[in-house]
Amino acid sequence: MKVKILKDAMDPYKEVSDYEREALPPGKHGGVVLFVGTMRDFNDGNDVRAMSLDHYPGMTEKHIEKVMQEAHDRWDIMDSYVVHRVGDMVPTDPIVLVAVWSAHRRDSFDACRYIINYLKESAPFWKCEVTKAGVKHWVEHNSEDPGVAKRIAK
Amino acid sequence: MKVKVRYFASLRDKIGRSDEQVSFDGASATVSDLWTKVSNIPASDSILVAVNMEYTNMNHKLKDGDEVAFFPPVTGG
Repeated sequence: MKVKILKDAMDPYKEVSDYEREALPPGKHGGVVLFVGTMRDFNDGNDVRAMSLDHYPGMTEKHIEKVMQEAHDRWDIMDSYVVHRVGDMVPTDPIVLVAVWSAHRRDSFDACRYIINYLKESAPFWKCEVTKAGVKHWVEHNSEDPGVAKRIAK
Repeated sequence: MKVKVRYFASLRDKIGRSDEQVSFDGASATVSDLWTKVSNIPASDSILVAVNMEYTNMNHKLKDGDEVAFFPPVTGG
């Protein structure tokens, strides 16, 4: 289980193959499920030219690890690896990688979905977008579930 | 009692600082007392708080040396 926060561009597929070679015993896992999040060139009806991702060093890693540990406790998975970008990026850049290895596919599919969903809800990252018109603004919430942030702190 | 306070994202812009040390005369204070001292923005569901990197709420009692962070809802992933 490993978390990496990257300031520079990432190649998620190289990250997965390098990690698998270094950390997993050969021949034991039946598959790996990946989620790769990439930057869109639109959001909430605006054309987006660039984005900067802010985070809370220390707390960000701690919360991603907590979510990964929950997934390990809940499903029969062998290993997991999360890489998340911070800093400046442009459309098509990969933002996040979640990789989960297991002996059987159901566990890694379910655990991967769990990790990306809870990472989006609770890990302290903030997107600041620059529109094509040059306007810079903080993204208010992740559009899939705007109410979730309120529930975390209760 | 002295605590370290950090602000992130849009809250850092609104408050105009990224971090500061705040002292209290008394022995006890809550996150809510701290927020009133550092900001004139009303507390709401859109302001999240963490003490020593764990999510908590405005009623949390502070201890000397705590690191308190205020930030808006997260938007990663």
